[in-house]
Amino acid sequence: MKIIIIGATSAIARSTARLYAEQNSQIFLVGRDERRLRELKADLELRGANSIENLTLDITNCNEHANVINKSIQFLGHIDIAIICHGSLPDQKKCESNFREIEKAININGLTTISFCTEISKQLELQKTGTLAVITSVAGDRGRQPNFIYGAAKSMVSTYLQGLRGKLLPFDVHVIDIKPGLVDSPMTAKFEKGALWSTPELVAIDIVSGIKKKRHTIYTPSYWRFIMAAVCSIPEVIFKKMKI
Amino acid sequence: MQLQGWGRFPDITANIIEPVSLESAQQLFKSRQGKPSTIPRGMGRSYGDSALAAEVISSRFLDGFISLDEESHSIRCGSGVTMEDILKVAIPRGYFIHVLPGTQYVSLGGAIAADIHGKNHHKVGSFCRYVSSLDLMLANGEIKHCSATENPELFMATCGGMGLTGVIIDATISLKKVPSVSIKKKSIAAENLLECMDHIEKNDTIEYSVAWIDCLAKREKLGRSIVHLAEHCEEGFSQYNPRKNLSIPFSMPSIFLNNYSVSIFNTVLYNLLKRKNAFSIVNYKPYFFPLDRVRNWNRLYGTQGFLQYQFVIPLVSARQGVSEILKKVSESGKGPPLSVLKKFGEGNENYLSFPLNGYSLAMDFKNEKSLFPLLSELDEIVLAHGGRLYLAKDARMSEDVFKKSYVNWEKFQAIKSQVDPHNVFASLQSSRLGLT
Repeated sequence: MKIIIIGATSAIARSTARLYAEQNSQIFLVGRDERRLRELKADLELRGANSIENLTLDITNCNEHANVINKSIQFLGHIDIAIICHGSLPDQKKCESNFREIEKAININGLTTISFCTEISKQLELQKTGTLAVITSVAGDRGRQPNFIYGAAKSMVSTYLQGLRGKLLPFDVHVIDIKPGLVDSPMTAKFEKGALWSTPELVAIDIVSGIKKKRHTIYTPSYWRFIMAAVCSIPEVIFKKMKI
Repeated sequence: MQLQGWGRFPDITANIIEPVSLESAQQLFKSRQGKPSTIPRGMGRSYGDSALAAEVISSRFLDGFISLDEESHSIRCGSGVTMEDILKVAIPRGYFIHVLPGTQYVSLGGAIAADIHGKNHHKVGSFCRYVSSLDLMLANGEIKHCSATENPELFMATCGGMGLTGVIIDATISLKKVPSVSIKKKSIAAENLLECMDHIEKNDTIEYSVAWIDCLAKREKLGRSIVHLAEHCEEGFSQYNPRKNLSIPFSMPSIFLNNYSVSIFNTVLYNLLKRKNAFSIVNYKPYFFPLDRVRNWNRLYGTQGFLQYQFVIPLVSARQGVSEILKKVSESGKGPPLSVLKKFGEGNENYLSFPLNGYSLAMDFKNEKSLFPLLSELDEIVLAHGGRLYLAKDARMSEDVFKKSYVNWEKFQAIKSQVDPHNVFASLQSSRLGLT
């Protein structure tokens, strides 16, 4: 399989790439940290990847996104699966009093993702095949007080993907929205972990199987579908008083 | 957050730091002033308190493969890589790991820090014999490359050094070529301890050997056991074997583990296995890692957890020493469900490595107040016969017992004070044992 992964050194991306490496895939890795990308390349090759190429990129530089996809095509030939994993958890408190912080957060978690989706869908349309899988978050399902800036950015992407899914249907291109719940990764290092927390390794298993089964929206672990259904069913009069 | 060893005793509150790269790990040691002591931690499979401290540095994200050298049969990888990961990469290429513990979920760093042993110790020695080199991050953030020829003393202190010399970042280990990962095994029933040891010694040339002992059996049946012998098949499939595991989702009420249930379990098991005298062929996983079938099996011992008591007694007095201990244990009625007897080959020069030429017995005990005096009595028997306890299993040994039995502890401490004079690296265990 020929795969491009954006934000490849994130914990979920790494675990997902490892599963695809074990299936002898050819993978194009895009990320910010050159050294960590190089290390990941060696790791994936030993785990069975057919071949790996990596590219260092400041993901906020959207002008480069088209170029990145071109380079990936030079290496891969065509794209079977594109997975967009990059993101960063903003400090909600800082955001609330500083629009610059909000702008940064929405840009990295929302706009840059949509920019990549735009460039990738052009290529997939052309090929008339392929899957676009994007990691959003359960935080996008409802605006909750502790992290609604992050949630707003992710919700933007989810709404965008719903439309894109229909638009790409005639081209036989599949779009998947992946919504992880709480994941114990470097991004959430400062949080106290409880029973609902999952790991990047388990999330990766769900991602790979969801992509294979051509699901539309994956909640991972799957119980988050029910948790979020419950959260979304709380009447607003009550919900607005809740600090969950 | 709450943190424990595999035995779930003791239970402490600790701050866990998970560096994602060498640079982020080094960043942690730029300025340590006013910060508490710290200890590296891998998969958390040591039973007691050797990977517990107020602050713990996890190797969880130092889990990448770096290179494989087919010529020298060696693989270099991050210290957070597990035995399971290495086998996944090694087996399709015809390789296997020289020394494997009873679970595949230990990290490379942990395997080196505890200088672990396997069912083939009598033939091949312990894990660190196959470590060609390692990169160690010292308390000042400096990286030291260590091997038998480069910084040899630091290497000997780090192999078996329970993480007290620094953080192992990555290591190169040699692998062995095997014709197959299918295992040909045979079980022999032994009526008592002496018969068991006779069987083990008679079959000294067989690659893997270990015995399951019924610790509740008394008098003439003392040490009633099943000896398991095994070798790699000459041919057969070399596929990595993925398998779904069962899981214990929460702590069982420990009342289910009592003298009667354990005694029935042991008797049934003994009689079942007694009849299986012929050779049978199994995949490597059920053979090497039987307990991995049940994830979190440590929860079977209830919320208070359990302690594993593993000692080794030199060959000259092993028969007498092990008999004395079995007698004490069977009389106490605290019988552990399964105990494992293993004959070790020669020990090595590493300052804190556990194995020495003799017999090792490992027993699990449910954690309860009345257990501790019994274990102290066992300590005395072990000491009297010139033996010692395994640090990776220990949660309660006294400083006195440690210093009497690990005779090279002063040499170890001399190296430690050179590379870590302010005891940046210290665990609950090292403080208890008077090492830090």
